[in-house]
Amino acid sequence: MIFEAILLTVITAATPLVIAAFGELVTERAGVLNLGVEGMMIMGAVGAFAAAQATGSPYIGLLAGIATGAVFSLLFGFLTLTLVTNQVATGLALTILGLGASGMLGESYVGIPGIKVPQVYIPYLSDIPFIGPVLFHQDLVFYLSIALVIGINWFLFKSRRGLKLRAIGDNHSSAHALGIDVIRTRYLAVMFGGACAGLAGAQLSLVYTPQWVENMAAGRGWIALALVVFASWRPWRVLAGGYLFGAVSIGQLHAQAFGIGIPSQFLSMLPYAATIVVLIIISHNRRTTLINTPASLGKAFVPDR
Amino acid sequence: MRIELEKRPQVSKLFGFVSPLLALVLTLVAGSIMFALLGKDPVGALNAFFVEPLLEVWSLHELAIKAAPLILIAVGLSVCYRSNNWNIGAEGQFTIGAIAGSILPIVFYDWHSPLVLPLMLIMGAIGGALFAAIPALLKAHFNTNEILTSLMLVYIAQLFLDWLIRGAWRDPKGFNFPVSRDFAPEAILPAIWEESGRAHWAFVFAILAAILVWFMMRYTLKGFEIVVLGQSERAGRFAGFSSRRMIWFSFLLSGALAGLAGISEVSGSIGHLQPAISPGYGFTAIIVAFLGRLNPLGIIASGLVLALTYLGGEAAQLSIGVSDKVTRVFQGLLLFFVLSCDTLIFYRIRIVWSRVQAVTGKVAQ
Repeated sequence: MIFEAILLTVITAATPLVIAAFGELVTERAGVLNLGVEGMMIMGAVGAFAAAQATGSPYIGLLAGIATGAVFSLLFGFLTLTLVTNQVATGLALTILGLGASGMLGESYVGIPGIKVPQVYIPYLSDIPFIGPVLFHQDLVFYLSIALVIGINWFLFKSRRGLKLRAIGDNHSSAHALGIDVIRTRYLAVMFGGACAGLAGAQLSLVYTPQWVENMAAGRGWIALALVVFASWRPWRVLAGGYLFGAVSIGQLHAQAFGIGIPSQFLSMLPYAATIVVLIIISHNRRTTLINTPASLGKAFVPDR
Repeated sequence: MRIELEKRPQVSKLFGFVSPLLALVLTLVAGSIMFALLGKDPVGALNAFFVEPLLEVWSLHELAIKAAPLILIAVGLSVCYRSNNWNIGAEGQFTIGAIAGSILPIVFYDWHSPLVLPLMLIMGAIGGALFAAIPALLKAHFNTNEILTSLMLVYIAQLFLDWLIRGAWRDPKGFNFPVSRDFAPEAILPAIWEESGRAHWAFVFAILAAILVWFMMRYTLKGFEIVVLGQSERAGRFAGFSSRRMIWFSFLLSGALAGLAGISEVSGSIGHLQPAISPGYGFTAIIVAFLGRLNPLGIIASGLVLALTYLGGEAAQLSIGVSDKVTRVFQGLLLFFVLSCDTLIFYRIRIVWSRVQAVTGKVAQ
């Protein structure tokens, strides 16, 4: 039973990481490096919380989170795609603005009890011992995350549009010469990334800890960015990596609860330290990173007319 | 409607100067819209935010206090960004600098000597540099993304400070509050001009650092190396410059300056260690660096502007009752406008209303 409980919390902790990372994966596959995940995530969290409070419906909250993330990402899209600003700096700007704006918008929600997304009960399946509660008695966002990995994997590697998107990420000039609308595809990819980050944020304020706390993303947006590198831009590996990180961050919570002799601050460092270690392991082989990275990642594109 | 960019035949000198100013104006416009939406009188709010703090001598001192860490950190970051090394973990280097510099006044509090303060400053700078050496080492030898590693280290540094303050370094006479013991008088960074306000020597360090780095960038081979490697690593390699050494140089320099800012802030403004020692200076300094166009002298000006947003935020909280979170929003908006206005330096912007017009425009050329 304790094992089952731990597994359930790991899933809840991993879901926002995985969803945000899926969105960023598609954005980066299109050749755009958006470092604003943390900002879009926290905006999605506050948007979702506010909408759920206003309507009383957690599902409208989730939709609002998605919409907030997507709209907020348009700011980034306009600057980097239309005005060709530096993607790294603009992404940082998006995070700084998002942290500030969410703090301001969410100020009146501090301390208010939140509305939780209910778990979906599936007849028969939810009753299977062990597997039932873990896999078939979850909230909607978990199912969405699984649908996303299947959908994104199909889209990127099996569909025509996905092929075009990957072509843009690998060589935007050639894709442009072939008549693919680079800018429009990138706008859509950025907005998809924003929508996913927004949903991930909504999961934080409506599922994980159903309340609003300033800065509640606590670096998860950055961990999601690291996950994309860790997964070398492949959806299934994002899923695996996300659950690994979920396990690390939940592991430290349980270790704190058991009161083992390590100070809680050091245990809280674990997810961040794990991110660094994983990045080292993944990137120390220069050649494999070069092969996997979308070749025009982070490079600005100005169509010649 | 579409926006088209046309590359300027040469970089516009005019817009290089005008674009930060334009960004400021646009931020003020966006800010007044925001205040209007919050139901505040925009003129009064902007006045309280950006003008009133400048009208009194003591608050000019406060401005210098807040500008000092921003300028110190941003000057270091400008070298990093110029050389294409994305150190965004200055907040962590600031924290570790503050901790390393505080070893003397907290652990060896019995030692009284005029040497204490200079040693503290040096140890702070070394602490910051060593912490910045971690992402540098990882980037130079394991090819690890420095943006992510330096940022993760911020969280680690803050948790480490939290552990110290709540554990080993907690003041035994502090009524169980999470603060360290107060620094002895000889460990306090003195005020520059005691009669009129609190501004301390960190502001002088900041100006000196800016001038020294400006000189380096403009007149020395190292400065040339930074610019060349930043613009094209390949070109730099052909010139015999090592990008690996540049990673080390830029990270150690920016880490040392952030560490110096950290210990100066703790010993000059706060007087002891506590869990929160920075209102996000390390991140705001990123905006300072860009608003100053990555030029150390420009950074002095932009550091003062961003310091004003902190001060104005505090003032506006009291006088017109808006949240101090407005400060962060202003800062974010400013960085957005700075980046978008910079486009004008390299491109002419044309708004095309319809497809037909675009074609006729082309024919006319």
